[in-house]
Amino acid sequence: MSEVAITRAEWLQVCKRSDLVADSGVCALVGGRQIALFFLPEQEPQLYAIDNWDPIANAGVIGRGLVAEIDGELTVASPLYKQHYRLSDGQCLEEEEIKLEIFPVAFEGDDVLIQVG
Amino acid sequence: MVKQKIVVIGNGMVGHHFLEQLANRPEREMFDVLVFCAEPRPAYDRVHLSEYFGGRSADDLAMGKVEQYREWGYDLRLNDAAVGIDRENKIVTSASGASEAYDHLILATGSYPFVPPIPGHQHDKCFVYRTIEDLDKIQAAAKEGKVGVVVGGGLLGLEAANALKQLGLEAHVVEFAPGLMSVQLDEGGSKLLREKIEELGVTVHTSTATELIEEVDGGRLRMNFKGDKSLDTDLIVFSAGIRPEDSLAKSAGIELGERGGIVVDNTCRTSDKNIFAIGECALFNNFIYGLVAPGYTMARTAVSLLCGEAAEFNGADMSTKLKLLGVEVGSIGDAHGRAEGSAAITFVDEQTGVYKRMITDREGKKLRGAVLVGDTGDYDTLLQYHLNDMDLPEHPEQLILPALDGAAPTLGADALPDTATICSCHNVSKGDIVGAVQGGCCSVGEVKDCTKAATGCGGCSALLKNVVDTELAALGMEVNNDLCPHFPYTRQEIFHMVQVEEIKTFDELLHKHGTGKGCEICKPTAASIFASLWNEHIHKKPHVGLQDTNDTFMANMQKNGTYSVVPRIAGGEITPDKLIVLGQVAKKYDLYTKITGGQRIDLFGARLEELPEIWRELTDAGFETGHAYGKSLRTVKSCVGSTWCRFGVQDSVGMALMVENRYKGLRSPHKIKMAVSGCTRECAEAQSKDIGVIATENGWNLYVCGNGGMRPRHADLFATDLDDVTLIKYIDRVLMFYVRTADKLQRTSVWLENLEGGLDYLREVVIEDKLGICDELERQMTNVVGTYQCEWKTAINDPEMVKRFRQFVNTDEKDEKIVFVEEREQRRPATQEEIVKIAEPA
Repeated sequence: MSEVAITRAEWLQVCKRSDLVADSGVCALVGGRQIALFFLPEQEPQLYAIDNWDPIANAGVIGRGLVAEIDGELTVASPLYKQHYRLSDGQCLEEEEIKLEIFPVAFEGDDVLIQVG
Repeated sequence: MVKQKIVVIGNGMVGHHFLEQLANRPEREMFDVLVFCAEPRPAYDRVHLSEYFGGRSADDLAMGKVEQYREWGYDLRLNDAAVGIDRENKIVTSASGASEAYDHLILATGSYPFVPPIPGHQHDKCFVYRTIEDLDKIQAAAKEGKVGVVVGGGLLGLEAANALKQLGLEAHVVEFAPGLMSVQLDEGGSKLLREKIEELGVTVHTSTATELIEEVDGGRLRMNFKGDKSLDTDLIVFSAGIRPEDSLAKSAGIELGERGGIVVDNTCRTSDKNIFAIGECALFNNFIYGLVAPGYTMARTAVSLLCGEAAEFNGADMSTKLKLLGVEVGSIGDAHGRAEGSAAITFVDEQTGVYKRMITDREGKKLRGAVLVGDTGDYDTLLQYHLNDMDLPEHPEQLILPALDGAAPTLGADALPDTATICSCHNVSKGDIVGAVQGGCCSVGEVKDCTKAATGCGGCSALLKNVVDTELAALGMEVNNDLCPHFPYTRQEIFHMVQVEEIKTFDELLHKHGTGKGCEICKPTAASIFASLWNEHIHKKPHVGLQDTNDTFMANMQKNGTYSVVPRIAGGEITPDKLIVLGQVAKKYDLYTKITGGQRIDLFGARLEELPEIWRELTDAGFETGHAYGKSLRTVKSCVGSTWCRFGVQDSVGMALMVENRYKGLRSPHKIKMAVSGCTRECAEAQSKDIGVIATENGWNLYVCGNGGMRPRHADLFATDLDDVTLIKYIDRVLMFYVRTADKLQRTSVWLENLEGGLDYLREVVIEDKLGICDELERQMTNVVGTYQCEWKTAINDPEMVKRFRQFVNTDEKDEKIVFVEEREQRRPATQEEIVKIAEPA
């Protein structure tokens, strides 16, 4: 899968809906990149794709963080040092200069599609 | 600077308080301080002396510690009584032959027990009740006897009777006066106290005068009473009051009172202005203050004057609240209503055994005194009315009548003047507390640390909380105990709601009682409560998203995103075969291996996707999860106990296994550690654990709420000489009560410190079932124990759960960013510098 050549703005099928865990995160490898996928069935949007690399802990663990609402915004809390990253844009709430990359992600039937460019 | 020299004679509670107060002042540096102590150990808590037989050791009772005195720079001479004072040359001589000059001399010689001159009182089975040495003698004599008699039915006599009862003797109290505690209680209160004490198995003989003590057959003693009655006993303890220890002052020509006592003025100075007398040896206004609080006040007065401040001792209130043989007793001011123009209001409930009496002035405006027996809940409020001379409410009787709506009327902290004394042990006024809160203290705990309020007898803790909360509210910074922004409730309240409404999922809880979407505080807390109550698998669908990463993957995430694995090794006992399996698994997966502090083996560096395979091999070999990742029972450490050790008195490993297997898997507000030691040498370090068990000749002593780590706390002795069944019953109840009432992430040590009423209250709840919840607590624990499952065993047999452990959902590739290097023949995570180096082409 990681060998697939990607062109800009191309939607890639990464996994099935059944690979996701409701109200929690998993990790996918897309073009050599670790991407965390969060599936929150009760929220709008339901799907979030965010860089899996925790730049403060220097480890690929964001996908194993807990989803937390902070001041009305959905975030994921890093499992190592507990900084919060906003799911909508990747902004770290504790460190202004740190922002994780986010990626467009969507369901197509049972497929999960992602745009990595 | 030439320092002045202070010599202190006597190292009892008051002498110690003087030294402690002085040590905490900057002026301390102006003095050299020397202390003569006739006893072989520094000051200890005489007020709680009877607890020595309840399992508290001399160390537990200690107030002054030799190391502490050294730290303070005091020259402490133990076992060396002062024997002479040369006032002209200002020199003290001691039994060991020392002679020390002084500039200021402090007499804190205390008192000695009064022994009525009854013929036969010198018999070697006759004792007094004052020092730890006295107790050792009584204990030795009690071993061969069945019956013990206390002469004296006052406060100290009843304490002594409690001690005899704890030693397993049939206890009798012989009192000359017609009632018990006749100084503090009126007739009605005294009568009820007697009934209650007799119910507890202590025989009371009042209006009884002993005329002769003689030895009868077999070395027993016979007490012959006036009027031809007699009582045979194995030992006698005299506790008929105290006399000031003034012989040293007398031989030095210092003025004494007519009936003894060193006369002091309101500066606590004796007739020699260089000599102070404080505590029970001092006579102020022709009165000896036989309580510790006035002694402390005298000590502080002397310290202030020596430091150049103005201070006066103007007598002290003798109100007191205590528990005698478990019976609550309180006495305030003029308890007998002897002053002219007194009127009384009395409430008696013979059914529950409560007696309350208020003495007011004729108009019912001011409270002059009060007597409380059987229930001292109103003591704090009444005492404040009395001490501050406050006007009583319109219907003063409401202060002692049971409140019909269930809530006892308490005195609002607002009503108290700033001068009101809240803590009489440490003389902390309401103003001091308000000052501490305004100075930045935000909790009762912080105020306690800062002012020492409620750290003496603890009787004022409820009032202290009231004052602190009121002041915080006034500052607009009311303590917010809300769990998090999504739940405006404490953890305890949420626990209650989940239990009563049988809430099983987070969504339901959030929908019913919360707002928003939840966060990393409320989600794991809710998951923990669900587990404590319903004990479903933490990976059951609705709970998955609630767990912290360690609970989610049932392993402990380390700094590079890999996990450590800790199988349960109950009690630290492991067969060679199992040990070999651990080695084989560690070798196969190249796991860094280390022995933990809790007698287990920790295997580090497992990749997420390796966890199920590792656990399949471990469970096949009979291992279970060790819950090292959970807020739950970790380990029960043990020594080898009587099976192997020549000193062991019980099978500590057997008990540790039983305890660990019982409580494994119990989810709680924070982690729980336990230990079982096979004898008093305490090799398992049980006193640093949440639950500590130490074997005795007769069973087990239970210690609770200890802690090691960052904030060490010695565990408190909770109960002694328990059999196996009672031990487990108490642990069940303590743990479940903790699970129910603690805050999130609150260890048992902090929980107990914040529990209103402290250790005594915990005992009331767990041993006496004061709240009537013990059955329920046990039932809950039985449910948790009965529904235990090894989470890992369940997980590896469920393909859906195993799926969760994939590193990537779309490929079997490994996380290449995890880099190890070798050190001391094992793997460890590479540092960032090492990773950069490895990535560079050579």
